Amino acid sequence: MTLRVLESGFFTTIQDLGRKGYQKFGVPVSGVMDTFASSAANRLVGNLPDAAVIEISPGGATFIAEDDCLIAVTGNGFSLSIHKNQFPFWLSIFVRANDTIRISPQRNSGWAYLAVAGGVKVPIIMESSSTYIRGKFGGFEGRVLTNEDRILTGSAAPGWKQKAGSRFSHEYLPPYSESVTVRVIPGPQLESFSSAGIQTFLKSPYQIITESDRMGYRLEGPVIEHITSADIISEGMALGSIQVPANGQPIIMLSDRQTVGGYTKIATIILADTPLIAQCPIGSGLVRFQTTTLEIARQSYLERISALEMGIEETEDT
Amino acid sequence: MANTDTYPRFLPAGDSAILIQFGEKIDVQINQKAHALATFLQNNPIQGIGETIPGYCTLLVHFDLRYTSYMEIMNILRQKAPQENFLPKPDPRRIKIPVVYGGHYGPDLDFVAQHNHLTSEEVIRIHSSSVYLVYMIGFTPGFAYLGGLDESIATPRVQNPRKHVPAGSVGIAGMQTGVYPIDSPGGWQLIGHTKKILFDPHQNPPCLLAPGDEVVFIPEPVEEHQ
Repeated sequence: MTLRVLESGFFTTIQDLGRKGYQKFGVPVSGVMDTFASSAANRLVGNLPDAAVIEISPGGATFIAEDDCLIAVTGNGFSLSIHKNQFPFWLSIFVRANDTIRISPQRNSGWAYLAVAGGVKVPIIMESSSTYIRGKFGGFEGRVLTNEDRILTGSAAPGWKQKAGSRFSHEYLPPYSESVTVRVIPGPQLESFSSAGIQTFLKSPYQIITESDRMGYRLEGPVIEHITSADIISEGMALGSIQVPANGQPIIMLSDRQTVGGYTKIATIILADTPLIAQCPIGSGLVRFQTTTLEIARQSYLERISALEMGIEETEDT
Repeated sequence: MANTDTYPRFLPAGDSAILIQFGEKIDVQINQKAHALATFLQNNPIQGIGETIPGYCTLLVHFDLRYTSYMEIMNILRQKAPQENFLPKPDPRRIKIPVVYGGHYGPDLDFVAQHNHLTSEEVIRIHSSSVYLVYMIGFTPGFAYLGGLDESIATPRVQNPRKHVPAGSVGIAGMQTGVYPIDSPGGWQLIGHTKKILFDPHQNPPCLLAPGDEVVFIPEPVEEHQ
């Protein structure tokens, strides 16, 4: 089964759940920005949650199915048409050969995920299908997709056609929005900030500015005050780390983040809420931060994982 | 000065990683503790512990919330972190990196010389006569943070970082020196270039250098660099 790219959009890549175990070599994890949406798309078409998908940037993208296939599209802030008919997101759809699949951005687009039964097939580099653009490796020839690229998929599990019509219940979706409150664990450099600075961080809305990308979202808002230097001796950085350089404007470290960083980190977004920040639109999205506890964080993460199973509603008619 | 008894410190790096801090300065012994614990965790897998990232004086330990909790991992690490045997590698590898200095290959060599009131030849001699230690890999794939730069050739970063620094460029930034393993933007003073491949995503391991390695730079004439 092959998908041909008709309109690639500006930053469409192949991603899976990321390249794990190579950060000690300086290799970023990469992987999808919204693990929830991509995992749900994979489940809807009968793939394992870590199968490779097409990640579509806020500009949208259009494909042609060269063969019959089963797809699901998930994400926030897009619309979907197949052969000129509108279809909802979060639904598995049987697509006929030569049908056009068009994913169009709406007002506040995040990222969309196109999963195909059988999974996208690209050469595995360091145990992952994920594209790392700066390193020019992984995914489709280590680059963003361009028009006329032909993307191959693996063979779908037997009986794949019967999955068509499965949907993901909206009550189990993370509360995607263009104005989100994300929960954080303070630290590791909390002591580098004044108590006024910490209050500013927790009480102010921050806007995601356009100089944001898969590496990190840059925020703009009230200046967060340091009491020490904003520079530290470089150390490892987790997903969702919130760096605050000397200008007092936070940067949230996301999928293509460097493995180590040299700026103070005021807090880290909890795993359960990383899909919310990822889908908050670049250029217009507003973010607020709220502290939480490690216990609540873990509970929320386990709930998010079980929501991925609970949300699937298998089709009843075949 | 913090009392040495206060280390290691355990700091939360979100809900699924713990940052273990063995000190707060760039120091060989502190760095070895981070690598020793990383090696220990690699050789003695603990349920739920994922990948680790060594820093200059820290180790970031990731764990999987499906199998364990922050408190559980912290209790294990509290026991293991101070106990490890922090001996340096018995026989560090010494990696030779041939470098063409100056000219087209090292456009900032003259600036580094002027800044330090030296001749370009002196900068080359000083840079190529030290033995450097790999403290950690990061910044970009395969980029080795090297310790051991002679203070007499330390130079601040360039005023306007370059949008494109070719792979193999050898640079100086403050008290650091290093080699760009892949094409990337960069703000280091470029003094030379090597043909040696420092990062290859198709090799295992993908990096030429590893923490604990020793590095020496060997000046090479331009003709051999074609």
